Amino acid sequence: MGLAKRVIPCLDVDNGRVVKGVRFVDIRDAGDPVEVAKRYDEQGADEVTFLDIVASSEERATMVHVVEQVADQVFIPLTVGGGIRSVDDIRSMLAAGADKVSINTAAVKNPHLVREASECFGAQCIVVAIDAKQSSNDMSPSWEVFTHGGRHATGLDAVQWAIKMAKYGAGEILLTSMDRDGTRDGFDVALTCAVSTAVPVPVIASGGVGGLDHLVAGIVEGCADAVLAASIFHFGEYTVQQAKQYMAERGIEVRL
Amino acid sequence: MNRIAVIDLGTGNLRSVARALETAGRGDCEVRVSDAAGDVSRAERIVFPGQSAIGSVMGRLRSNPALLDTLVESMGAKPFLGICIGLQALYARSSEDGGVEGLGVLSGEVRHFLEAGGGTSGSFNDPDSGRKLKIPHMGWNNVCQTHEHPLWQGIEQCAWFYFVHSYCAFPDAAGEVYGVTSYGLEFAAAAGNRNAFAIQFHPEKSQQNGLKLLGNFIHWDGTL
Repeated sequence: MGLAKRVIPCLDVDNGRVVKGVRFVDIRDAGDPVEVAKRYDEQGADEVTFLDIVASSEERATMVHVVEQVADQVFIPLTVGGGIRSVDDIRSMLAAGADKVSINTAAVKNPHLVREASECFGAQCIVVAIDAKQSSNDMSPSWEVFTHGGRHATGLDAVQWAIKMAKYGAGEILLTSMDRDGTRDGFDVALTCAVSTAVPVPVIASGGVGGLDHLVAGIVEGCADAVLAASIFHFGEYTVQQAKQYMAERGIEVRL
Repeated sequence: MNRIAVIDLGTGNLRSVARALETAGRGDCEVRVSDAAGDVSRAERIVFPGQSAIGSVMGRLRSNPALLDTLVESMGAKPFLGICIGLQALYARSSEDGGVEGLGVLSGEVRHFLEAGGGTSGSFNDPDSGRKLKIPHMGWNNVCQTHEHPLWQGIEQCAWFYFVHSYCAFPDAAGEVYGVTSYGLEFAAAAGNRNAFAIQFHPEKSQQNGLKLLGNFIHWDGTL
């Protein structure tokens, strides 16, 4: 009994289609965001996150349409990120049916966007996404914030940046380790716990999940409030249900 | 056709509330998202949703006296469902935004988790484990039913519902509480008074349990 730790499948979307090969049996169109979101919903996903990986301004209209279709049929929380630059972008995503909007590069460029958005729409729907890389190797590691999908170093310390963003009104932090993303070696639990214990708001661990033990480690060692994963679910290795069952067997409170 | 007015005070994901009602009603209801008093008085049932800050919600309501009057009148007569801020607004007072006067349909007060359970330490800890609890209270938690209610029909005891909020209600009258949830402290997750029922969680984001509750609301005649 109590607040459950959340399991969040993440879908990369390009021009209105889910990319990175989602494989479900008996699904008609694995690229259709609505079908994929419905399938994760049936499996017991606690939320679904869509990331627009190209996010040009022309694509935003397509993404708004995707959000509308998904939100009309899937009744769990929906987060949308990728290329969100202004209060107007946020407004259009929320009006389309998104519950939360995730801001990454635009928050670094203009931290006041987070404050303005939070005052305008409430902290509960503003997620700040932080991409971090370890910048020192000694006994007390530190991590630097990167933007533009990990290409641009910012010089910002990830823990300090998370604290600042929570103060500015972020209701949640989506924390991705760029060192681990795509490696399947597991979350950077030191980074995750450093950020999660430093901020008063929930932290979602992301980047590096290759197996169900990694999800457990994200919660137990990483002190995360939620875990996000893409490929282990997309390629049909595990269902969300299996992941949550595994976590529950290891003493983690999940919604089953 | 079952006519439902969803009150639009410019906050929150109203589209999802409307679609969830339509889905729960299986084509048997007409949902109108509106801030027009006429729509509220024509509707057979009222949904008052809301996110964000109660100050802006009450401010917008008070700046539309025709809507406020119709709403207050309806609250004594038609099946009424408050969601999230729509629950908090039914209490007499909230400490949010420096103190906001609510509609006073329910007796009690709305306070921030930190203010209610944190004391002076500035952090909010779980009294059992001693661990720091995050605010907002965001995610799925159990709602334990304290009284029977037509809206609970077919919903398991202590079922999972989705929450996202930093303020919560502390009722004065135990008889007005229909469900409680624990997060460091126990608060009213569902409360009601005659034809008004209100919930702190989001049924439109609570999958099958949420749709079940909304379906019960659509078929509720407003009596207990």
